[in-house]
Amino acid sequence: MKGTVLGIEGTAWNLSAAIVNEKDVIAEVTDTYSPATGGIHPREAAQHHAKYASTVIRKVLEEANGKGVTSSDINAIAFSQGPGLGACLRTVATAARMLAITFEVPLIGVNHCLAHIEIGRWKTPARDPVTLYVSGANSQILAYRMRKYRVFGETLDIGLGNAFDKFARNAGLSHPGGPKIEQLAKKSTNYIPLPYVVKGMDLSFSGLSTAATEALKRNSLEDVCYSLQETAFAMIVEVTERALAHTGKNEVLLAGGVGANMRLREMLDIMCTDRGVSFHVPEKRFMGDNGAMIAYLGLLMYNAGDILSIENSHVNPNFRPDDVDVTWLE
Amino acid sequence: MIVSEENIDGDIIELTNGAEATVRIEDGCVVKERIQKRYRLRELDERIRKERTKAESRLISEARRLGIPTPIIHDVEKSVIRMQYIPGMPLKHVINEVLSERLGELVGLLHTGGIIHGDLTTSNLILNDDKLYMIDFGLSFMNSAVEARGVDIHVLFQTFESTHHYYESLIEAFCRGYRRVFTGADEVLERVTEIEKRGRYA
Repeated sequence: MKGTVLGIEGTAWNLSAAIVNEKDVIAEVTDTYSPATGGIHPREAAQHHAKYASTVIRKVLEEANGKGVTSSDINAIAFSQGPGLGACLRTVATAARMLAITFEVPLIGVNHCLAHIEIGRWKTPARDPVTLYVSGANSQILAYRMRKYRVFGETLDIGLGNAFDKFARNAGLSHPGGPKIEQLAKKSTNYIPLPYVVKGMDLSFSGLSTAATEALKRNSLEDVCYSLQETAFAMIVEVTERALAHTGKNEVLLAGGVGANMRLREMLDIMCTDRGVSFHVPEKRFMGDNGAMIAYLGLLMYNAGDILSIENSHVNPNFRPDDVDVTWLE
Repeated sequence: MIVSEENIDGDIIELTNGAEATVRIEDGCVVKERIQKRYRLRELDERIRKERTKAESRLISEARRLGIPTPIIHDVEKSVIRMQYIPGMPLKHVINEVLSERLGELVGLLHTGGIIHGDLTTSNLILNDDKLYMIDFGLSFMNSAVEARGVDIHVLFQTFESTHHYYESLIEAFCRGYRRVFTGADEVLERVTEIEKRGRYA
């Protein structure tokens, strides 16, 4: 595999551009939209991306230049084609098309979920893992089989991070709620029963978020945060274990912003130890949304000849990972 | 859960070690035990195992009342079910059109009674003499929605396709049996076709 790819991520609140080659991430520049109050407002997030796209791209090119990689070394432009917020996706896709035309290089449309998996396989020893991908909008358990990353389990309503953020807003905590819930949960060991909703291999978090908000009326914030974490994480660890049993694979990879939570990591670690499988967590900068993962999967796809024409580069806000024919693995 | 005759030589034999439960034979009975999960808070873990064990045993008995041969429950305690051991061959080794039609009738009875099996594979049906027994209700639940019934059958058809090369005639035979006993069959079988097109397998 060879080449140098510039990738742009902007599915939600994080605008991030990176340049990678087969050896490492050469440069990465990120500018994050942070709402003054409440959660992510899709239009405001897209306006943020439109405002800062040129700055972020100029900076990443400068940073790479300082390391001896110039714009003429870039072989392709990759962008996150979905899933994500439509307005944000369109903004980033426009920037990517413009760059591909200017540099006269191919354009590559990357599935955001698969980029999380591939950077994990690049930056950890995991080779053929069951991946637990948990972020604000997404909660999926995936594994590779016969030229596709199959979804073995997923949320039937909202993502786990989204459920936490919703609860946090109701509890008066600022966005993002996850880290605050984690800190408050450490102060309690008093479990309040909350709905545990695993349907076969699938999960549901919206009722849990509502029940946790209701529980605030009769319980302390610390106790509810603790109970919310224990319940939600147990649900996703259970489905991850089922996917291991079903596929016979012996590695677990954690991906997505919620993966920063230490209690979630501890629970996964216990499950993996008890099952005798290995557990892999990339360093934090590669867990949340980042440009490097888009550039890296772009590089893999570039080497497989998996490129897009400008005419076919529409974004797809509901882009499923199991719709992608995996061209870059044997 | 796979129960086959070569497993029954000793007194206590581990039959399976899935993600959720162990199944062993003790004194001629099947003992299914939901195992403790150390990653889960003890209180939560006990609640879930108890609830699921109770639900599973209730559904096994309910299915038998609907006319489907299932193991007789001897005892339920906390997270352990003791039930009748059904000797015989898993359907996947002996399936033919006649048995597939019979299976269609059994699933039709189950769905008429509002139960979804949740893990319909040819390993979860045992042929004992001439009787077809349905086992492992570990993922079963009550639901009368077309979608849930459709997914139930879709999972079964997938095991047909992955393990039997003459699956098309097995599917046809299944549908004959299913239509015979269940009045809502056509709508469900239509949904099965639609679920296949969606491309997500369970």
